[in-house]
Amino acid sequence: MNNLLAARSQMGMSLAFHIIFAAIGIALPLMMVIAEWRWRVTKDEVYLLLAQRWAKGTTILAAVGAVSGTVLSFELGLLWPEFMRSAGAVIGMPFSLEGFAFFLEAIFLGIYLYGWNKIPSWFHFFSGVIVALSGLLSAMFVTLVNGWMNTPTGFVLADGKFTNIRPFAAMLNPAGGPEAVHMILAAYTAAGFATAGIHGWLYLRRGKNRFDEIAIGIALAVGGTAVLLQGLSGDALARMVAATQPAKLASLEGQFATEVGAPLRIGGLPYPKERVTKYALEIPDGLSLLAFHNPHAVVKGLDQIPESDWPVVRIVHLSFQTMVGCGSILCGLSLATFWLRRKRKLFSRPVVRLVVLLSPLGFVALEAGWMVTELGRQPWIIYHILRTGDAVTSLPNISVTFTLMTITYLILGVITTWLLEKHVIASPETRLIEKEETV
Amino acid sequence: MSSVSLLAGAILASLVMYSLLAGADYGAGLWDLMCRGPRQQQQRHLIEQAIGPVWEANHVWLILTIVLLFSGFPDAFGALCVGLAIPLFLVLLGIVLRGCSFVFRSYFTGERQTQLYWGKAFSISSSMTPLFLGILIGSISCDSVVIHGGISENGFLKTWLLPFPIAVGILAVSLFAYLSACYLAADAGSAELENDFRIRALIAGVTSVAMALITYVMAASSAAGIRQELSSRPAAWLIEICALCAMIMAFRGLWLRRFRQARIAAAIQVALIVVGWGIAQYPYLIRPDITIANSAAPDNVAAAIDAALGCGAIVLIPSLMVLFTVFKRRQGVTHTEQASD
Repeated sequence: MNNLLAARSQMGMSLAFHIIFAAIGIALPLMMVIAEWRWRVTKDEVYLLLAQRWAKGTTILAAVGAVSGTVLSFELGLLWPEFMRSAGAVIGMPFSLEGFAFFLEAIFLGIYLYGWNKIPSWFHFFSGVIVALSGLLSAMFVTLVNGWMNTPTGFVLADGKFTNIRPFAAMLNPAGGPEAVHMILAAYTAAGFATAGIHGWLYLRRGKNRFDEIAIGIALAVGGTAVLLQGLSGDALARMVAATQPAKLASLEGQFATEVGAPLRIGGLPYPKERVTKYALEIPDGLSLLAFHNPHAVVKGLDQIPESDWPVVRIVHLSFQTMVGCGSILCGLSLATFWLRRKRKLFSRPVVRLVVLLSPLGFVALEAGWMVTELGRQPWIIYHILRTGDAVTSLPNISVTFTLMTITYLILGVITTWLLEKHVIASPETRLIEKEETV
Repeated sequence: MSSVSLLAGAILASLVMYSLLAGADYGAGLWDLMCRGPRQQQQRHLIEQAIGPVWEANHVWLILTIVLLFSGFPDAFGALCVGLAIPLFLVLLGIVLRGCSFVFRSYFTGERQTQLYWGKAFSISSSMTPLFLGILIGSISCDSVVIHGGISENGFLKTWLLPFPIAVGILAVSLFAYLSACYLAADAGSAELENDFRIRALIAGVTSVAMALITYVMAASSAAGIRQELSSRPAAWLIEICALCAMIMAFRGLWLRRFRQARIAAAIQVALIVVGWGIAQYPYLIRPDITIANSAAPDNVAAAIDAALGCGAIVLIPSLMVLFTVFKRRQGVTHTEQASD
């Protein structure tokens, strides 16, 4: 494995691992706070138990999220020193603000998790709200940095150096906003459906009980609302990509030729050597309509771009199809569950089974979406300014650190899953709830 | 004061906070490894209670330090990441293992033996991380990190695998252990536990004085630049004298069992040591080539980050005060809730 590939693999693996915990860290506090708020309003102990149970999950996941996030902030420099050296000053602002958001999250998470009996109950609830909000802000600031790597603004480039830097203009780059909204909604979608899936599975195992019904209700409300809004956010993001990163749009759609009234492809496999995308279901004028809101708009194909600047078209296209496919299925599921809930038929076994079956798709879409963003930007680390290959460290044997980190993360992943299983599913309190509920 | 020096000051302040708060958490991890005798369980429980609610917030000071370093001094951060990649990577591994194993141990419900392994992983990684943090500080003080065009002149080992940085690493471990034992003695609640950590604080305190003298002597040959500043700048003298006074107060507090006094004095002592290092290092960030001036971001960027820091502090300081008033009031150890089995 050459050094560049090893460094990219390590970065990719670290991101793919962290994003799972980051997404849960954004969404679980929101659900926890909703449960606590319901408890405050109704005085129904089941809501309190649920809030406490989710808080326990948050403790474990937030710790792994905090350390794996630290890994990323170091790795930016350790793997891509040239990137940080040249761009550090430009993107420092969102990172600094993220530092503060992270601070607030960690402080109030500590108060929330360990303060149940030590502080007034309104302050406890307030701490939960701060955790949920600051998690959202952290995600926003970090995604703004990724936006800048895709649509760099806020500077003048002179002799390959960033001069005349305007930190706030850089932070508010064109891709940043749409990307941040898309990411935050993705976190709610992924974690919402996954939580609904876990409680759905428990519901099937331990039979009809209010605890899991309430949990599924809150989780589906969060995930279901987010995935429906994701349609709008995805549209905004796609139009931004169409306007600023034609190579990325062409790769994710498998669009090789420049066309008036380009079709929208569903599925299909791009053949970069032959410059065609085969086996796709094509909707005439669909891409032009979606990307530019005009059926006769010209869509730039990959033929306009030198082949050395192409991303790996096939993987980008397949990741994009996966993301959109999973998102669409979850939109359908969300509409169906909203309707069933009105009809009071949500908690029949076949419906819950379907929810369980489809619940991992949010995370699949989240990972696939980051593959689209990151691989679609290649071969650039800063779009049209710095190539990834020119930013990589001179440190040899990156494959060693890559292997070491991968093994560490694998072990951590297994243990975390095991612990969650023990705490959410088999802890003594669970048996307590079952008894309470079945009586 | 220019906005760039203000930013450098903020980085040093953040490093001081990290040493005082997270440093003590690392130190507690080291003591966890050395829990002995009839009160082993109570000692572990005290450590767990002291760290549990605050370690994540304390850890963020390091994130802030790193973020401010790469925003304000990108060239210095780039050089650090090349020349000292290996110790940085080891710090990172230590941070990951420490955080995860701490939570895993607290939430583990399986066999007792496995839980003890998590405890070991927690305490070993807690001791390893400050060693490499100290090595990083030692390395940037001793003229070994020279980067030209993204290439490290001294390779990737000879920048840090040297007697002087390793001595600074051991100094950091012993200082954190000392600090932590002082805090734990003040938090202990029972006379026996107080006594356990009092003895540890005294041992670690004497060790760190010895290590400080050893590094000072070693600096004569391997870090002449910083030693010159330490012994010639009046500001450095003043800080050395104050640190000495704080140390005497801390030892006196430990000796007379006035643990609150010892805790405050020890914190002041460690803070002054870090500040003293910062003043002796000035105007360098990485000796011998990289200074505050030649690696800084443009003035307007530094000014904007300073402003963001000011706004952030308005929110941060009251939040931190709430956190510490909720969890660090002297309340003794409650053995009944969540016993560790």
